[in-house]
Amino acid sequence: MNEQLSSSIQKIKDGFDVEEHIFSDEHSLIIAPDDVVEICQLLRDDFYFNLLSSLTAVDYWPEGDPRFHVVYQLYSIEANITLRLRVAVPGDEPSVPTIEGLYPNANWHEREIWDMFGIKVEGHSDLRRILMPYEWEGHPLRKDYPLGYEEVQFSFNADEIDKKKPYVKE
Amino acid sequence: MVQLQEVTLDELKHLVSDRAIQGDTMLLNMGPQHPSTHGVLRLMLELDGETIINCVPDIGFLHTGIEKNMEAKRYEQAEVMTDRLDYLNTVGNNLAFCLAVEKLVDLDVPPRAQVIRVILTELQRIASHLVWLGTQSLDLAAMSMFLYCFREREIILDILELVSGQRMMTTYIRPGGLWRDVPEDFYDAVQDFLEMFPKRIEQYHGLLTKNPLFVDRTKGIGVISGEDAVAWGLTGPTLRGSGVAFDNRKARPYSGYENYDFEVPVRNEGDVFARYICRMDEFWESLSIIEQGMEKLRELDGAPIRSNNRKFVPPPRSELGTSMEALIHHFKLWTDGFDAPAEYVYMPVSSPRGELGVYLEGDGGNKPYRVHWRTPSFIHLQALPVMSTGLLVADLVAIIGSIDIVLGDSDR
Repeated sequence: MNEQLSSSIQKIKDGFDVEEHIFSDEHSLIIAPDDVVEICQLLRDDFYFNLLSSLTAVDYWPEGDPRFHVVYQLYSIEANITLRLRVAVPGDEPSVPTIEGLYPNANWHEREIWDMFGIKVEGHSDLRRILMPYEWEGHPLRKDYPLGYEEVQFSFNADEIDKKKPYVKE
Repeated sequence: MVQLQEVTLDELKHLVSDRAIQGDTMLLNMGPQHPSTHGVLRLMLELDGETIINCVPDIGFLHTGIEKNMEAKRYEQAEVMTDRLDYLNTVGNNLAFCLAVEKLVDLDVPPRAQVIRVILTELQRIASHLVWLGTQSLDLAAMSMFLYCFREREIILDILELVSGQRMMTTYIRPGGLWRDVPEDFYDAVQDFLEMFPKRIEQYHGLLTKNPLFVDRTKGIGVISGEDAVAWGLTGPTLRGSGVAFDNRKARPYSGYENYDFEVPVRNEGDVFARYICRMDEFWESLSIIEQGMEKLRELDGAPIRSNNRKFVPPPRSELGTSMEALIHHFKLWTDGFDAPAEYVYMPVSSPRGELGVYLEGDGGNKPYRVHWRTPSFIHLQALPVMSTGLLVADLVAIIGSIDIVLGDSDR
């Protein structure tokens, strides 16, 4: 394991209450929502994790407790090391603090997790939907959001399906 | 459960300056059908005369819910959707997804398959850069460049059709190897391309690099410093044009890239022209990688192209008639797929546009629990306001071309 990576992980373990998870040489730290900004600041300033590679979320509905995990993928170009932070967020009014001030490109990522998962980002400068239309209801990547499909119309059932289509009702 | 978000005009006021509210500046809508926005990108521009005060990108017109759809498909079915993300880098998307799956289930890939993967992704990189070059020059009024670039791109698409049967949506790379070995004609087809293409690169340089009209519209335009570029998460040629030599093929090699001898082109100016030169130089590097790959491929003639791990990779067709075990594996894999552990991995690769990352999480079953695509276009578009503020609308067109966006990549 890289020396800088181990020292950064050790530093965080000393200062915060974290849990480490290792799979396939990838290190993940599971941290508390309140520590996100502080840990990111520490990693960026002291350990040169200067690139926010990716920011996303995972929904563990219905069994998972807490329901969501927000995943921050940090990378250091200088040291060529990568570290993942995972923040457990409860399903009841989920929210995480913004890290836009540290990594400006978090802006759109955080809009995406609001749009797709309905996780509010506290302190965000422009929290609007990004991929879905602005009047959309619900958050599509949640596990309790149905995938939906369109029935294929054949000659034998064309009329039947046509009746169900919204434009017919109007 | 349902949360309805209502947006009123007041909530959008923070997107523009106070001068726009007073009517001193003009708000102009650009796109989503504007030809220079490279697909369905909409920009809201705040203009003072022709100077851009503010630029607000609006994306999502091409959102197809691929991440959600993948959760409902088995791993080998989900791969088919990866082609539809970044439709100029289909082989690269397949590769990224397969590498992520292989990392998750710890699957080996034989050397011959790795070499073919590298050759095809580099061919695809050239094809993608050709589309970029054609459209970027077209935006800057060099009409004939577009025709030349697409002429050459056809040859690469023909090679992809030769190996996979499809020009664009190949799904040729599979977890554990490839769909099948390359045909005999592949060697000659690639060789012909390698002989033809260097002359064409010289021709492109002859048409553009010293062309005063082109240089005037690209030099000193859309400048972003290396530090800003990293902060905004830019990667690929867009970052390397700003003097940061970062490429996943060098930093975190995959598919045996560490065995190839190639350079990562870097320029320090950080403007549209620097990004242009970076991509033009990448043509040469890709050609060199393909050439080295073809040599390795000839040495590995007849070697296996799929992993022998039958729990994840279907057995060859020829074994089905003679081996009961092979038949069971075949049946199991094509009806039920394979299971992956309840773990998560992140697999970054270097797409023609930048770092393409796949976050893949399994749940112990045969379908991915969560797939997230870290797509370069999404992140590059975000930096568009930083690069374009204070410039003219005509410069914005050059900048959009230079960050090489694909809206299928950004909207997913």
